[in-house]
Amino acid sequence: MISFDNVAKRYPNGREALAGVTFTIQPGEFVFLTGRSGAGKSSVLKLIALLERPSRGVVTVAGQNTGSLKAGRIPAFRRAIGVVFQDHKLLVDRPIYDNVALPLVVAGTPLKEVDRRVRAALDQVGLLGRERSSPLELSVGEQQRVGIARAVVSKPQLLIADEPTGNLDPGLAVEVMRVFKRFQEVGVTVVIASHDPHLVEQFGQREIVLDAGRIASDTFRAGHAARMTAQAPQLSNLPDIHT
Amino acid sequence: MSGAASSYGTRHLQALFGSLGRLVRAPLATMLTLTVIGVALALPAGLAIVVNNLRTATGDFSNAVDFTVHFKLGTSIDRVQQVAAGARERSGVESVTVKTAEQALEEFKQASGFGDALAALEDNPLPHHLVVRPAKGASGPAEVESLRRYFAAFPEVEIVQLDLDWVRRLHSLLDVLKRALWVVIAVLGLGVLAVIGNTIRLEIQQRRPEIEVTKLVGGSNAFVRRPFLYTGIFYGLGGALLAALIVFGALTYLDRAVGDLSAQYGGRFHLEGLGGEGMGLLVAVGTVLGWLGALISTGRHLRQIEPRA
Repeated sequence: MISFDNVAKRYPNGREALAGVTFTIQPGEFVFLTGRSGAGKSSVLKLIALLERPSRGVVTVAGQNTGSLKAGRIPAFRRAIGVVFQDHKLLVDRPIYDNVALPLVVAGTPLKEVDRRVRAALDQVGLLGRERSSPLELSVGEQQRVGIARAVVSKPQLLIADEPTGNLDPGLAVEVMRVFKRFQEVGVTVVIASHDPHLVEQFGQREIVLDAGRIASDTFRAGHAARMTAQAPQLSNLPDIHT
Repeated sequence: MSGAASSYGTRHLQALFGSLGRLVRAPLATMLTLTVIGVALALPAGLAIVVNNLRTATGDFSNAVDFTVHFKLGTSIDRVQQVAAGARERSGVESVTVKTAEQALEEFKQASGFGDALAALEDNPLPHHLVVRPAKGASGPAEVESLRRYFAAFPEVEIVQLDLDWVRRLHSLLDVLKRALWVVIAVLGLGVLAVIGNTIRLEIQQRRPEIEVTKLVGGSNAFVRRPFLYTGIFYGLGGALLAALIVFGALTYLDRAVGDLSAQYGGRFHLEGLGGEGMGLLVAVGTVLGWLGALISTGRHLRQIEPRA
């Protein structure tokens, strides 16, 4: 689903966010990107969502080399990916319904279908019945769930989230993570950037740790139990892991 | 209608009503913008009407350069007909009308009111003459002067009566007015473009978060641009209708005064309005300017807004 081949990203201000990163994520995986702030987590997500293009190396998402994608094809590319942001990026002057419906509206989905899917998405995040509320009337956790509903409403095969629980207390964070897990269980590839080690440990998934723009480790944790490192990636069910 | 076409139409309708709704929800700002555009469009429209009415009031332009060729007394009518026939062959001549001395006397009697006094005369004191009308494309001062020389060269011709200064002045005056009209149209057209472009630019800035999020979830540039184009079209269309209203009001106000004035000269002159064609042109120009202003503005400013996560 996603492959990074020796990818580097240098921003116009000269900061090098990524310095040669290589990894592959298979369809249906659930992957945490962790590391200190500034380690390059957000850059990896931006490169996946084509908010940035790599300075060097090749990023391939769903078989598409993002470096060579023409500007006119970017909207269609983004429509195939669900993105959840830490600051949720909801439009506060529009009701919940309009926020969630936006990806369908820009794709030209028939109105009846929009209605059905918006309700389904809100139901999946437990907010059915709040369509007419303003995002400002919701709690922070609920706002984040609206953001998730918007990300999944067009049924993308890839869901990426940047610190989706960054502003939430631990209880809410777990709740939001469970929502992501449920999507992975029905086949969606999920990539989440998080700096919350407890949460990552609790959910026990593959974890790619970034440090200063390089991959420090690529491990699989089975919940609180067995812990394996990338230095010994012998799990047969794991795809190619490059360190 | 196919599914794709109908969803395309649906998106256009959504953008159209979205833009209209936004304009209606901010009535004061919308009215101010419409007024500026309306006034800017009303000025050239008004000037065009003034030029039009001046043309009507001063008569058909080709009349103004008609001139008269007087023959010497005693020239035979056959010779006059001969000269007229020859002149009709020349290029640059639209018509040559022969007026015999008898016709001239009859007209003079009726027009002057001296009928009884003239009846006392034994001989007709008036000569035969020709009324020459230059062709439409050959009514400039130079062509008319060369025609005058042609007639003056005949020994039987007494005098060619022609006020070339008047022709020159009328020419220059209409030329100046026509040029002024184009200058006004160009300057105010640019003004309308600038006003609409700037209004759209402000709206783009105001809706920046919305545009960012829309692009983030995969909205194409066309999708983002569409409502702004409709907004521009509405501004242009509304401004044009307002301009028509302004022109209509001004004409109604002026028409009575013009009527009174022309009545004192025994005329019955009334101002001509925009007419259906002028109205259509005004609306079309306004709408196109609105669309164009929005297109330029969105082209410049929307590209700068790219989502930054």
